[in-house]
Amino acid sequence: MTSVARPAAVRRRRPPLRVPDWLLPWVSVLGVLVLFEVLPRIGVLPRDHFPPISETLSTLGEELGEAGFWEAVSNTLQGWALGLGIAAGLAIPIGIVIGSSRLLYRASRGVIEFLRPIPSVALIPLAILIYGTGLESKVFLAAFASFWQVLVATLYGVQDVDPVATDTARSFGFSRLQRLFRVTLPSAVPYIATGLRIASAVSLILTVTAELVIGAPGLGRSINLARSGGNEELMYALILTTGILGVLLNGIFVRAERRVLRWHPSQRSGEAGA
Amino acid sequence: MLKVEHLGKTYGEGDDAVEAIGDLDFEVRENEFVCIVGPSGCGKTTLLKCMSGLLTPTRGEIRLHDERIDGPPERMALVFQEYGRSLYPWMSVRQNVAFPLRRKRLDKQAASELVERAVESVGLTGFLDRYPWELSGGMQQRVAIARALAYQPVILLMDEPFASVDAQTRADLEDLILEVRRQYGVTVVFVTHDIDESVYLGDRIVVLTPAPTKVQETLDVDLPFPRDQLETKEQPEFARLRAHVYRSIKRKRTSAEPARAPEEQPATTRS
Amino acid sequence: MTRGRQRLLATGLEVTVPILLLVIWAVASSASETYYFPPLTDILSTFADTWVFERVGSDVVPSLVRMGLGFGIAVVVAISTGLLLGLSPRARRAAAPIVEFLRAIPPPALLPFAILVIGVGNSMKVFIIAFVCIWPILLNTIDGVTGVDPTLRDTTRVYGINRRDRLWRVMLPAASPQVFAGMRTSLSLALILMVISEMVASTNGIGYFVLQSQRTFAIPEMWSGILLLGILGYTLNGVFVLIERRVLRWHRGARASALG
Repeated sequence: MTSVARPAAVRRRRPPLRVPDWLLPWVSVLGVLVLFEVLPRIGVLPRDHFPPISETLSTLGEELGEAGFWEAVSNTLQGWALGLGIAAGLAIPIGIVIGSSRLLYRASRGVIEFLRPIPSVALIPLAILIYGTGLESKVFLAAFASFWQVLVATLYGVQDVDPVATDTARSFGFSRLQRLFRVTLPSAVPYIATGLRIASAVSLILTVTAELVIGAPGLGRSINLARSGGNEELMYALILTTGILGVLLNGIFVRAERRVLRWHPSQRSGEAGA
Repeated sequence: MLKVEHLGKTYGEGDDAVEAIGDLDFEVRENEFVCIVGPSGCGKTTLLKCMSGLLTPTRGEIRLHDERIDGPPERMALVFQEYGRSLYPWMSVRQNVAFPLRRKRLDKQAASELVERAVESVGLTGFLDRYPWELSGGMQQRVAIARALAYQPVILLMDEPFASVDAQTRADLEDLILEVRRQYGVTVVFVTHDIDESVYLGDRIVVLTPAPTKVQETLDVDLPFPRDQLETKEQPEFARLRAHVYRSIKRKRTSAEPARAPEEQPATTRS
Repeated sequence: MTRGRQRLLATGLEVTVPILLLVIWAVASSASETYYFPPLTDILSTFADTWVFERVGSDVVPSLVRMGLGFGIAVVVAISTGLLLGLSPRARRAAAPIVEFLRAIPPPALLPFAILVIGVGNSMKVFIIAFVCIWPILLNTIDGVTGVDPTLRDTTRVYGINRRDRLWRVMLPAASPQVFAGMRTSLSLALILMVISEMVASTNGIGYFVLQSQRTFAIPEMWSGILLLGILGYTLNGVFVLIERRVLRWHRGARASALG
């Protein structure tokens, strides 16, 4: 959307060098990269804590050829996927069932409201006890944490269905089950999609946490090992990797969410704009 | 006092350009109550936004007391149509009315007096500590008017302020604005699409054409003060003026292109 | 069943079901021989011994202080930055890629970085909590500011409100519902980071205690710590919601009248 021509104002305020809008993000990224390249080299930032970015990036490049790197990445992804999958697989059906019945909802609300704020990381020691220090622990923690996100989102989505829509369906003679599948579920999908996006981030966090704290194989553990082994470039390279992973995974869900929201008649319970 | 000189406003560029205002030229004198009427979509809101300095004109200029308007002038207040969205919901009535006064650096006593006087003149004295959402639409608009009055502007702009309330409330508010204008002696520029309202309230009526907007004609309203909802409207002069304005608006429409004036254009409010 | 009766049943269920579950847990576990799941009564008595004031000073207080400091710093930094970014589209564009990347890094991955650069003391923990908590509040503040009603903005401009008032008395209150939503997310993140940082690099704190108990096979103590963390999470959230409700009273009123 082009801005309205404001000749007088622009003429007055235009500084000699004006970076065009589209270039701004690139300029700032470049600026940051340059900063983190130069400052360590001239000693403003201690080099053993802040290796120049070029070294980190080249280490990352090397890692891309290492089997160990990809193994760590796949371990993390495994934990993330299983955690999210189990969480969704349990939370969506349970959420639908509870959400569809006012009594069930009221009955379970107390339990949900108490269990939900429990920081799942508190269960780390329990996970170690029961599942050891491998994949199962990871998945247990990730699933536990993600479960609540998806559950709450599903509950909200199922309950927020437009009563007019369900009443209309009922007047047409649809059975309870049919109404569920044809009216309630489709209208709950956007909320579930949002919940899944958040749950995906949560699952990644818990997966990496488990790797870091428990030592389950994966990026989290590798990062810690790199640090304790004095290999700072590798540590940063791996942190970068988790960041990239986070961005990619988030991107997938954002795109999916957008697509789901696009065909869905806008049902945001947000501002009731005038 | 206020001069609009060859005002023009075009939105967009190139092929998408929409000329909301073509060439507007008129004047507002001290203490006048000028009503601006026109068909829907004739750029009335755009005009007010330019007059209040919220939008920069593409051509021409507007002068207040001979100074060019280049951003909201200090002695001018504006009352919006959407009262609900112009009052700060987290502030009480008192705080809303007092808020613009912070600019004037008055001592607490003086500011308080201004606020209370303004609120009293709109008849909401008991509601000083209520919040906007606790009030009805008509009352909210009165708060907006009180806020404008307490600010002590020399000129008050009103953008279809009574369009969103019911007819009864509208009649009350019309009488209210006449009364406070008398009390405060402020010049008023009142934009409306309601012909009856424009004749009832105005000293002078400016009729606009559809987009690209120009002044169709200006006429004086010779009805006596004080105006009364029943008596004034029974006068033959009222009916004559009303019919005249109506014909004036209708006349140009048949010969104009079906131009779409973007009244609801997202005014590029610089933040 | 009539509506009134149904509502009564619902309320009754809401209250009794949790209690019922607790009772079932107590009964089922009392007969328990499993090492990992001691009887509920044991857990509760250990809880009383450990946390009802015994270890409050040595563990609970340091934990809460770190969390409080980290959260507080995050709130201040995030809101002020968010206000500024919210008002300047160009600054937003410039900052966008950096913000998007930094917030996508899973917080635990940053722990080793923090340990490397800052060490294993309190400042490291406060830093990591603050750093992670900034993002939700920052992003929500920006959203809140950019979403301010244009009519409200126009009103503010017409009346010539000065810059400082515009920021603190208009933009901030207008954005506060969003800001609070961000703070609520950050609050739970703060708790999580507090626990993790204590598990990884600490010699005191609730997180440290829980992990340590597991390592030394003091199972009831471990459970008591988990219970404490649960209560902490619940209470903090509850208190926050209460505060939010009070501060945002006007918002609920305004929303209700707009919708109704």
